Amino acid sequence: MSLDEFFVTGDPLILGSQIAIGLTMIGLLALITYLKRWKWLWNEWFTTVDHKKIGIMYIISGVLMFFRGGVDGLLMKAQTSRPELDFLDAQHYDEIFTTHGVIMILFMAMPMLIGIMNVVVPLQIGARDVAFPKLNALSFWLFFAAAMLFNVSFVIGGSPDAGWTSYFPLAGKEFTPGVGNNYYAIAIQIAGIGTLMSGINFVVTIIKMRAPGMSWMKMPIFVWTSLITSIIIVAAFPIFTVALLYMSMDRLFGTHFFTVASGGDPMLWLNLFWLWGHPEVYIVVLPAFGMFSEVIATFARKNLYGYKSMVFAVAGIAFLSMLVWVHHFYTMGNSAAVNSIFSLTTMMIAIPTGVKIFNWLFTLRKGRIEFSTSMLWALAFIPCFTIGGVTGVMLAMAAADYQYHNTMFLVAHFHYVLIPGVVFAVFAALYYWWPKMFGFKLNEKIGKWHFWLFVIGFNLTFMPMFFVGLDGMSRRLYTYAESTGWGAWLGVSAVGSLIMAAGFAALCYNIYWSFRYAKRDAGNDPWNARTLEWSTASPAPHYNFAVVPKVDRLDDFWHKKKSGKLGLKKSELKPVHMPSNSWTPVFLGVAFGIVGFFLVFEWFTLAIISSVLIIIGLIANSFDYDYGYHIPVEELEEEEREWRGELK
Amino acid sequence: MSAKSNHFPWNLLIGFLLSIALTLLAVFVKFYTDFSSLVILWIIGAFAIFQALIQLFMFMHVTEGKEGVINIVNIVYSVFLALVIVFGSIWVLTSGHAAH
Amino acid sequence: MSSHTETPLEYKSQQSQMNILGFWIFLGAEIVLFSTLFASYFVLEHNTAGGPAGQDIFVLKDVLIETFLLLTSSFTSGLAIHAMRNHDKKGLLTWMIVTLLLGAGFLYFEINEFLHFIHEGATIQTSGFTAGLFTLLGTHGAHVTFGIIWISLLLVQLVRRGITEKTSSKLFIASLYWHFLDVVWIFIFTFVYLKGMVI
Repeated sequence: MSLDEFFVTGDPLILGSQIAIGLTMIGLLALITYLKRWKWLWNEWFTTVDHKKIGIMYIISGVLMFFRGGVDGLLMKAQTSRPELDFLDAQHYDEIFTTHGVIMILFMAMPMLIGIMNVVVPLQIGARDVAFPKLNALSFWLFFAAAMLFNVSFVIGGSPDAGWTSYFPLAGKEFTPGVGNNYYAIAIQIAGIGTLMSGINFVVTIIKMRAPGMSWMKMPIFVWTSLITSIIIVAAFPIFTVALLYMSMDRLFGTHFFTVASGGDPMLWLNLFWLWGHPEVYIVVLPAFGMFSEVIATFARKNLYGYKSMVFAVAGIAFLSMLVWVHHFYTMGNSAAVNSIFSLTTMMIAIPTGVKIFNWLFTLRKGRIEFSTSMLWALAFIPCFTIGGVTGVMLAMAAADYQYHNTMFLVAHFHYVLIPGVVFAVFAALYYWWPKMFGFKLNEKIGKWHFWLFVIGFNLTFMPMFFVGLDGMSRRLYTYAESTGWGAWLGVSAVGSLIMAAGFAALCYNIYWSFRYAKRDAGNDPWNARTLEWSTASPAPHYNFAVVPKVDRLDDFWHKKKSGKLGLKKSELKPVHMPSNSWTPVFLGVAFGIVGFFLVFEWFTLAIISSVLIIIGLIANSFDYDYGYHIPVEELEEEEREWRGELK
Repeated sequence: MSAKSNHFPWNLLIGFLLSIALTLLAVFVKFYTDFSSLVILWIIGAFAIFQALIQLFMFMHVTEGKEGVINIVNIVYSVFLALVIVFGSIWVLTSGHAAH
Repeated sequence: MSSHTETPLEYKSQQSQMNILGFWIFLGAEIVLFSTLFASYFVLEHNTAGGPAGQDIFVLKDVLIETFLLLTSSFTSGLAIHAMRNHDKKGLLTWMIVTLLLGAGFLYFEINEFLHFIHEGATIQTSGFTAGLFTLLGTHGAHVTFGIIWISLLLVQLVRRGITEKTSSKLFIASLYWHFLDVVWIFIFTFVYLKGMVI
């Protein structure tokens, strides 16, 4: 392979990115060296097993990926803003909608949600860390290695270009030669292993590490949604592992799982992809439901309406999520019986979802609503998400779906589900839990700018897509004729996307502004909230709770706060056991990244040699008998006194 | 469950002998009986499930530990998923146009 | 199960209990993984594309040898855990080594079987059927290989440290893994080999 095959060449946009990436990398390395921060980075972040720090690293990566995926989206919107533009050619457009989809779902939504789960779940159940802290770090580093691997594709080797669903036979070697789709197969595989381990980790954490007294029906609703999400992760990700394994075998070793020739079955890919892919939608949307529930209850100053029905609704959605996958390919030529059954199961999902919507509305009813920025996101979510949900029911009807299938109507539908359902939730959660992570609030005024720009931009961008979709515009169309009459709609849509981008810029500015100027006076409970994480300092100390809290009822912290039963006695303090940092997770992440890179380029000798690194990491990990360390009482006392004043 | 169980591990031996017997029985049913192939598949399938249960209960002690109930729920749910994946995939991919 | 209520060593600490529970959850994921491999195999089973079908290449004798090796190894790993619960380090070590040897024997016969398949003209690239077959069997075989290496490393730790809370929970988890591989094999034996064979 010659050098100009290795690097992507011949496109000014990509050349610009290559130079920019190169300069940023050099600048970053120089800056860290100049500030003498390498040791600090290594000790405080790279080797950390602290769930809060790992969560923050997830969130930072998620914001970066949101930027990357957002730029992809803007480029697509620019290309289709007028008829017959040639800003991007067809190939480039294909690559961009592929990476936009993969990055937004797997490298933006997933780390954002898992990051917030990481920060919040142990704090909400009164635990000091997750069940397997080192495994948690490994999950993060595998995700991060995979995200980096996937992102270099557009400058080294070429991007995948068969869509985020990568349907066969298009995604096979015959029709997509290059290495682009190898990136898809390998990078997502690595990230998926990390996600699966996260899922197991959170299931065990929530089952085994709840504070004494916190029985199942006394768990905060976000913990419930995190538990159910983790269960779906464990249920669904192994399917994708196998599907991606088959894809890699077909592309790298010439097998015939999905080829048309030699007895392969391209529809098997669709079947396996959506057996994972549909549950995946619930994996990203259920924790978001939990976040909204917490935010709405807090800022309506009421307990969550219908807590139990909420729990059963979430469990019901999880159960149904495994039974609806065929609705993504009604037009594949299934028998009438198949399509009818899957229409039914799909429409049944509207029932528990409707229960949730009404629960939120009834929580708001007669509440003393405080319009904080995070509450605004929750309020905007309800109508926007309902539009997404109702159009989903339209698509659920197999007969009607023949009309909507693979049109812009579908694209508008799932953006109306995923942006209010996931992105709004992540924003609400960031504003809400920011003080718990950093000890200060994000600026509420800039937050309002962020909110209004983003929500208006979102509706302007995606509402027109319903109409061009109904008018017959198919998805993934890189250009169109003037005579179609779609120009005006898509022009509005492009303007909307710019407004949305301005909203995102406002968020970034808000983070910058608040880090520099926000008062460090958030206190432990800045929102007058209901759950346990607000009973400890902001930012939460590395041991989370000096004394593990005892729980008597749902919203225990709220009731103890009202009856003045909070506070810490000196006599209760005991040394706290904490896990030690470890180098193996980051080492294994790098090792998997290297092996993955060689596999992408099908350099098998190098891949085999470098997989020795993985084996070394695993063996080192197995022989590591570190029992962690204890924080002495004096240190606890000092840290607690800092924010509580004198202890009783 | 107990830490000290000096007595001979009868349940292990019985489980082992049963699994050997079921394996041989499955071979016998497959090759030396005249049932239709569908019936044979059901019978040997039942044997396989019985063997899996032997492993699960007599060898792996799925119900021991504090989380016995959760372990059972976990296994039952996984088996449900397995059935959905196997029968669902076969149904979806071998009926309709795919069958012609 | 006797009436004693003393907790076995591997369940003593909270961390060990979580490790064991976590591994059971992982086995749930493994069930999903293998059922996907089975589902794909069933879908592709008849797509031989002019190459050999199962009945042309499966040999009952080989399969029965593999089956008995693996069934026996599952039994001996159970004996190893029984010895561990009696704090019998030597018994634990002996039965685990027997288990590993039986596992290695299984692998030897499986590799031979693969060579036989290839000799009969069924390589992994031949057809949809062979792709599904080799990947299902290969994934199981890779699990066995991983298990042999993993348990060997645990035995080194056992020799060095004796039966402690930590080593006992690690070995207990490894035994769960080993039994699980036997369960998978039973289904491969039944639904791949027996189903696909005619005499």
